[in-house]
Amino acid sequence: MRHMLSFLAGALFGTGLFVSGMTDTTKVQGWLDVFGDWDPTLAFVMGGALIPMAIAWRLTRGRQPLSGGQFPDLPRPELDHRLITGSVLFGAGWGLAGLCPGPALASLTFGGWQGLVFLAAMLAGMFAAPGVGTALDRIASKA
Amino acid sequence: MEADWIRGLAGGLLIGTGGAVYLLGNGRIMGASGILGGLIDGTGRATLGERLVFIAGVVLLPLLLWPLFPERAATHVTSDIAVIILAGLLVGIGTRIANGCTSGHGVCGISRFSLRGIVATVFYILAGGLVLALFRHVWGLI
Repeated sequence: MRHMLSFLAGALFGTGLFVSGMTDTTKVQGWLDVFGDWDPTLAFVMGGALIPMAIAWRLTRGRQPLSGGQFPDLPRPELDHRLITGSVLFGAGWGLAGLCPGPALASLTFGGWQGLVFLAAMLAGMFAAPGVGTALDRIASKA
Repeated sequence: MEADWIRGLAGGLLIGTGGAVYLLGNGRIMGASGILGGLIDGTGRATLGERLVFIAGVVLLPLLLWPLFPERAATHVTSDIAVIILAGLLVGIGTRIANGCTSGHGVCGISRFSLRGIVATVFYILAGGLVLALFRHVWGLI
């Protein structure tokens, strides 16, 4: 059951990314490019995605997940240096190539060597991230 | 141009429905970087199976769809390998340090009015816009 639901969620996510055009980096960079030929599509994608998700969060109240267990413990609403630094690094890479983790996966079968190299570099970055995070903590504690 | 926003909205609804299935079905937050990253750094070993089938769904459905819509199956990623590698490293490191990306902080976070999700989204959009403006319009590198 858990695996079926995971596959269904992944299938909906992958289909949505493809249908919306978010696997096309010109649309993503077009949205970030406020000084160029601005493309509003990403705002519609985000707006569309927020609707079912907001309903889902409401439905979690007083319920349990269908396949049992508990809904996730939500992080305390604290802003820390990791959230900010990490988001800035992520955004820089996102702006450079126009790919984020979801579309990098969804475009894997038609993205050519560029997509494969991006995915390999992203996975290497994820592997290195715990070490980089510890180094950032050390800098932040001195600052 | 009109069809673009309709497709964007329709695709967005599908993405959000995927997130809703993952949350209400399995009690988990659908964040692409978290699902993938947990496989890479070993933190997701206990949930290996559901992570792998989720990724299989994300990868396989576009594979079934793109031969039907070949004109949409173009990523237009730069062929500058240095830019691709730098961007990939930044996305990998940044999303794991921030503990989320466009799907986790963006879609799943903002929809519950999470302060962390909203702040993360503001910072990655500002950083993305600034980097693109510098590299494209100031330095002409991408």
